[in-house]
Amino acid sequence: MIKKIKSILIEFAHIHRYLMKFFRELVTPPYEFKEIIRQCFEIGWKSLPLISMTGFIVGFVFTKQSRPSLEEFGATSWLPSLISIAIVRSLAPLVTALIAAGKIGSQIGAELSSMKVTEQIDAMEVSGTNPFKYLVVSRVIATTIGIPILCFYVSGIGLLGGYLSIRIHDQMSFLSFFTQVFEAIGYIDLSAMILRAVVFGFTIGAVSCYAGFNSSKGTEGVGKAANSAVVTSMFLVFLEEIIIVQFLAIFN
Amino acid sequence: MHKPKIQVDTSNVVIDVRKISKSFGDLHILQEVDLQLYNGENLVVLGRSGTGKSVLIKLISGLLKPDAGEIQVLGQHVNQLNESELRELRLKIGFSFQNSALYDSMTVRENLEFPLIRNKRNLTRAEINREVEDVLDGVGMLSSINQMPSELSGGQRKRIGIARTLILRPEIMMYDEPTAGLDPITCLDINGLINEVQERYQTSSIIITHDLACAKTVGDRIVMLLDSKFERQGTFEQIFNSEDERVKAFYDYNFIL
Repeated sequence: MIKKIKSILIEFAHIHRYLMKFFRELVTPPYEFKEIIRQCFEIGWKSLPLISMTGFIVGFVFTKQSRPSLEEFGATSWLPSLISIAIVRSLAPLVTALIAAGKIGSQIGAELSSMKVTEQIDAMEVSGTNPFKYLVVSRVIATTIGIPILCFYVSGIGLLGGYLSIRIHDQMSFLSFFTQVFEAIGYIDLSAMILRAVVFGFTIGAVSCYAGFNSSKGTEGVGKAANSAVVTSMFLVFLEEIIIVQFLAIFN
Repeated sequence: MHKPKIQVDTSNVVIDVRKISKSFGDLHILQEVDLQLYNGENLVVLGRSGTGKSVLIKLISGLLKPDAGEIQVLGQHVNQLNESELRELRLKIGFSFQNSALYDSMTVRENLEFPLIRNKRNLTRAEINREVEDVLDGVGMLSSINQMPSELSGGQRKRIGIARTLILRPEIMMYDEPTAGLDPITCLDINGLINEVQERYQTSSIIITHDLACAKTVGDRIVMLLDSKFERQGTFEQIFNSEDERVKAFYDYNFIL
């Protein structure tokens, strides 16, 4: 038991040291702009097909499932407002984060840990490159920037899915749907979305890089790092969602 | 294959290791080890697997920290340097890894360009291309310039790994098991390349191996790591002209006598 507590405390100390190092390297030149842009492309562009499909399905299904409840009160005309608030405030950041944790988190965890196993990180270190800055900082920045952008995109695709779902039953024009959508969401909803996406993006990047960069050696370590990156990221995303919801309730 | 005669300057110590100890948990890998590398020499460190040979060169290059003792490289105390000073010093040390450690998401050209672009930022595109092609030509791998590491054989990967370290023109080379996992003919090629590097680039080198043919072909001096300490040193003949059972066992196994 004492051994277990000791190992948990040691892990917390490592995480603390890792985060301190991240913020120190973040503000210290030289900056890895080229690598950040490359990672944004890897993270953002290459996730688009999966994110698009998921976003569309979520918007479509959510609208479909919400219709019967509103129909009972004869309030189906409120569907655009309902789905816009639900998607923009919560669904889009959450869906983007969960997909990103699965796709990007596992990719980063496996990539960094296999680089560690094959001594590529050591090779960078001995050839005068700071591997932490080049590999970790650039990836965390890329996820922190990339996931909010993806989140806006998922909102758009999700709303499109919602519109198509409404269109099956009602004669509603594209223009009137989006007019209602934008009337329902305000500055605070957009801020809530950005806040969530930034926090989730940072979490996924930091957790995945930590899992990969500190993995144990051997091929088993690669699998464990990828698994730990996904599971821990998803768990933390849900935990943060609860905290953010409580925090934003103050402003509502 | 005969080793070219190289003038070793024994008055100029480029690496000076004093009473280094390193343990991992309860496992004492190195205990109060002393080692000197002289300017221009090829020093072979022989020993069984798991005796701490690779740990030693990782300590010298600052990838690991010793529990006790002192390491000086080119007059600088490795353990007293901060991160940026250590990075500067590492540019003078070429490190060839056991498994080559090529960046597998990059082509051979990009692997060689990577350290060059990051450390010599004022070079033009044409200069970078010339440097890369020169070094690749030197290790006989110019034709593989656009290949991915996964398309190369073990021996070719070793050559590219050595080329990547040479691109920064290091003063010291460290080879970690350069012939491990290679067939005898490719081993001879790699041994020849190590001698060529010493001659052409005027490097001082530490070669970690348990391959006696490699030790005999490339070593100006050999030290043998036995029971966490360097117990024997000298030329190949001096080392193996010994009655020590541990040395004889090593020799017998390598040549299956």
